[in-house]
Amino acid sequence: MGGGTALVKTLPKVDAVIVGSGWAGGIAAAELTKAGHRVVILERGRDKKHEDFIGTKDELRYSKRYDLMQDLNKETITSRNSMDKTALPVRNNSKARLGNNTGGAGVHWNGMSFRWLPYDFEIYSKTVERYGKDKIPKGSTMQDWGITYDELEPYYDKYEKTAGISGEENPIGPPRSDKYPNPPMKETPTIKLFKKATTDLGYHPYHMPSANLSQNYENPDGEKLNGCVYCAFCEEYGCDFGAKADPIGTVLKTAGRTGNLELRNNSNVTQVTHDGKRARGLVYTDTMTGEQFEQPADIVVLAGFVFTNTKLLLVSKIGKPYNPKTGQGIIGKNFTGHYNNLSTYIGARGFFEDKKFNNFMGTGALGATIDDFSGDNEDHTDLKFLHGYEVHYGQLGTRPIANNQVPEGTPAWGKEFKKKSLKYANRNLFITAQSGFLPNKDTYMDLDPTYKDALGNPLLRVTVTYDQQDRERAKAGVARCAEIMKEMGADTMNVDVVKDDIEFDHKFYTDHFFGGAIMGDGPDNSAVNTYSQMWDMENLFVVGGSSFPHNSNYNPTGTIGAFAYLAAEGMNKYLKSGGLLTQAELKKNA
Amino acid sequence: MAENNPSDDANAEKQKQQDMSRRKFLKNSGLVAGGLVGGSIFGGLLTNSFDSKKEQQIAQSKDAQIDVHEAMQFFTRHQDFMVLMAATEQIYPEDEDGPGAIKLDVPYYIDKQLAGRWGINGRDYRHGPYTAVLDATDKSAGPAGEQSILDRGDIFLQGLRKMDDESQKRFKTTFDKAEAEQQIEILQDFENDKVKMTGLVASEFMALLIQSTLEGAYSDPVYGGNKNMEGWKMKEFPGAQASYAGYIEQDEFKKLEPVSLRDYQGH
Repeated sequence: MGGGTALVKTLPKVDAVIVGSGWAGGIAAAELTKAGHRVVILERGRDKKHEDFIGTKDELRYSKRYDLMQDLNKETITSRNSMDKTALPVRNNSKARLGNNTGGAGVHWNGMSFRWLPYDFEIYSKTVERYGKDKIPKGSTMQDWGITYDELEPYYDKYEKTAGISGEENPIGPPRSDKYPNPPMKETPTIKLFKKATTDLGYHPYHMPSANLSQNYENPDGEKLNGCVYCAFCEEYGCDFGAKADPIGTVLKTAGRTGNLELRNNSNVTQVTHDGKRARGLVYTDTMTGEQFEQPADIVVLAGFVFTNTKLLLVSKIGKPYNPKTGQGIIGKNFTGHYNNLSTYIGARGFFEDKKFNNFMGTGALGATIDDFSGDNEDHTDLKFLHGYEVHYGQLGTRPIANNQVPEGTPAWGKEFKKKSLKYANRNLFITAQSGFLPNKDTYMDLDPTYKDALGNPLLRVTVTYDQQDRERAKAGVARCAEIMKEMGADTMNVDVVKDDIEFDHKFYTDHFFGGAIMGDGPDNSAVNTYSQMWDMENLFVVGGSSFPHNSNYNPTGTIGAFAYLAAEGMNKYLKSGGLLTQAELKKNA
Repeated sequence: MAENNPSDDANAEKQKQQDMSRRKFLKNSGLVAGGLVGGSIFGGLLTNSFDSKKEQQIAQSKDAQIDVHEAMQFFTRHQDFMVLMAATEQIYPEDEDGPGAIKLDVPYYIDKQLAGRWGINGRDYRHGPYTAVLDATDKSAGPAGEQSILDRGDIFLQGLRKMDDESQKRFKTTFDKAEAEQQIEILQDFENDKVKMTGLVASEFMALLIQSTLEGAYSDPVYGGNKNMEGWKMKEFPGAQASYAGYIEQDEFKKLEPVSLRDYQGH
């Protein structure tokens, strides 16, 4: 562990120590410090402020050289298709785009901020209720989350108000206690085209909920955010204008103003110290000096990315590691995600001979979507899969290195390629079906036996085995994209093909990964309760996507924000009265 | 080769050959003969036949723009750079839409990138064991290039020299002097793994070459390519504009003069 015999200096104890300064850690920090608790955040990346993002419009630096992403030369993951293979390290950022630095992935996100469906949180019960037990696929490890949408709804509302989400009522969405805090973003000609085509086909389009703000806004904590100018540098970039909600401009700022937060950058956490019953603190390496410190605290919060949280639990020997052969154990179980070649980034690209669009304008969450096939909205009785897909068109702003779209059959270089890539640069549109991915017993995380990180700790190993029903869901989504793109008037289309032998492709590009420390209603089926509190270590909270038992078809940040607010409420309660929190207890005391 | 040591070359026959090959190169590249292209390297390589032009070039340079960045940081052999120029120009050729890779300074862009941390895979995980041969049944393995012990600098040097060797073997001339169709044939054979490389497969080098050519054509001019933002102009990409709030709802296509980071950041 973290340097073995090197001397570890123990620092004065604080109320709470948190791994990571992204949305999950930032929300926990804001709520704890507002309640008067002293908090230290340990962030392994560099210090970043909004002024770092001024003049950021540089595709090569941010989209091709991954300036904001986790540098893989110090630490990465390994991955493989199945238990009988040898995992290989993900060596290059073009395969893994993971957040880093102050604000984490919450800085470079696109801002798509959905609520998940009531079905998602009670997926097992609702499936059995509607279709019977036989509909659950063999090898599936899907389970209820121990919470309902209605119970989580107030926390969604709180997150949306903090981030200033701009949105339009989803005509077939789950109930809301309040409207979006800001009106939807502007409607562009291409969004109109998508909305008209989907309406004509009988579907229910609505503007994508966006953390790129439609107007200037002050959130309930008093933080001011600017209205978006649609400059098209959002995804993979920090916002030039302070117009995309991120942890730096909201929750970290709020926590900082209390005087109770210390955010330590360049602090790479390697271990949770504990006595088997209680966490004592976190051991970290100061990456500027190589020195090791232990930061003790009353509560310890793991709010890193899925990989970080899972690795820390495994390395620190907390909880029982999942064993795919026996199905026993929890830590590392139910790894799911949005995979590049299966559950996102696939769909239909239309080429238009007589229309030219302003494709280079846009912003991260500008677009429209339909939920007619999301979750269990479609009757799955006669379908070969469970869960569904959300179809959307997004006008993110196409940048010139990445966007050289040509009709199928065009060579990848040379005269014809140049001609067509120039011709179609502003004459093509893409719609994608982002689909759910359900957990199975063969898809999990553990520690790699061979490869180590820069500090000598084992890398996390990811094993992903696609199930046929995941392929069937993806095929259905792509077919729907083609139907809609045709209706939108494309002259020709490139439609992605999902083959029956398609396997996980070793890419971790979406940042949408889940599992490893899943939540549930008891210690027999989960690592944490719905307050993200470890069942077998009451003062340890593991917050973020790592607690999600499966993946929905939606982007996760809104749901991560909601669960972080719920977890933060639990932490404040725990610091006051201790003990294991349960949903019922909290409702009683609220 | 004579190009590496032009001062040795005094005989008229040799000069004639060089003039011929320069014309052929320009023809293959789609460049207009007579224009001074590719910066000072050309001048240096083809000295004797170029003397009168050289004076002209010096005069021009004093006049207007000296592109001081048009010099090699990574490559050391002129011939490697000649092959790079010819190969990138075939990937992104000059045509009626506008300049190709050479006029956009793509080769210099690639040279600069290879001289930096990208060239030594500075952000990548570089611990062993490396895997030269992958389990074909494991689709998670990714391309061998990612698992190769070679860095991008090694890959470029090996790949470009291999292209030259193939040309010598097949056509008895260097790659840069081969006919356009011959160059294309070799590039296609790299693309289709019909050429054997050491430590990775040829299509991976070709993919790297294509990707870096497009980067050089379309990245901000701060990196030494996309000269005069000509790549962006061809693509109708307006660069680092502050805001599109005023246009984004409009139906008609918006043409804007491109803005570079130099102008956008304004310092």
